[in-house]
Amino acid sequence: MLQVSLYRYNPETDQEPYMQDVEVDTGGKDLMVLDVLELLKAQDPSLGYRRSCREGVCGSDGMNINGKNGLACIMPLSEALKGGNKLILRPLPGLPVIRDLVVDMSLFYKQYEKVKPYLINDTPAPAIERLQSPEDRAKLDGLYECILCACCSTSCPSFWWNPDRFIGPAGLLQAYRFLADSRDTAQRERLANLDDPFSVFRCHGIQNCVNVCPKGLNPTRAIGHIRNMLLTNAT
Amino acid sequence: MVKAVTSFGRSGLSDWLVQRVSGVIMLAFALVMVCKLGFGGELTYESWKAFFDGICMQVLTTATLLSLVAHGWIGMWAISTDYFTERLMGTKGTVIRLAFQAVCAVVLFTYLIWGLRILWS
Repeated sequence: MLQVSLYRYNPETDQEPYMQDVEVDTGGKDLMVLDVLELLKAQDPSLGYRRSCREGVCGSDGMNINGKNGLACIMPLSEALKGGNKLILRPLPGLPVIRDLVVDMSLFYKQYEKVKPYLINDTPAPAIERLQSPEDRAKLDGLYECILCACCSTSCPSFWWNPDRFIGPAGLLQAYRFLADSRDTAQRERLANLDDPFSVFRCHGIQNCVNVCPKGLNPTRAIGHIRNMLLTNAT
Repeated sequence: MVKAVTSFGRSGLSDWLVQRVSGVIMLAFALVMVCKLGFGGELTYESWKAFFDGICMQVLTTATLLSLVAHGWIGMWAISTDYFTERLMGTKGTVIRLAFQAVCAVVLFTYLIWGLRILWS
């Protein structure tokens, strides 16, 4: 039997959050954490969590698993437990909890919206499509794959303290994704919007974001590129 | 763009650059001091005074004092805007933050004037 400690909170019935200890029979299999949650949900249908694709693409089931943020659907028990026998599940840290493992991601999306995550091009649209060389296209690798699961931003202390002012690693990775795009013509405006003491420069390079990203991306490196672009443009 | 009227240079990039350059200047001063104390021979009042009377040392020390003030302000400002905020403390957050920043400004200014007076008088 697997021991599971679950963060529970229902604002309609609970005064404050608490950790609930439960047991679940995994049949000795190395299940994914999401499979364990499904078994627990069958035992107690009041348990709340988000899920959708169950294959690490939609980014819905980001949560704190044994102290480290990750996607429940692609995290095997063996990796989460690291030899132990207790699975501890909490919601993503730093965001308001709606219920159990479900957090309010409004601030996260507000920061994402700030970087204008879409192509801006003020030149006349070509007949078919805007072309890009293979070399320019390669610059977007390691950037476009982000699934906005919020594991990185919610593991960043700077985002915990200033989620309303620091864009956070996920938003900044996307900011650089459009700054690096050869088809975008708003580079100057994008950089001007980032040159304040909070939006980018609250990153102190501790690399929690790199450590937890379930897609293996490197937001710290992207933030470094943004800083270099700002420096190049301003000196 | 987030507004910040109490930050050192009003621009994130400028603060970031000042912090790095001032860090290098303070490191250079620290290395010179380590060399002086470790390999500078016998330490007497006369040798210490002569060391700081040299124009190179006076320029380096003045640059270090200015760097200390800039570096200190940027760091303490970042701490104050992390922990003493309305989000975390309610309306008193702004009052506490401004009071903390005022104390830091007075202390840093005092260090600067005091240091310059010792060095140049």
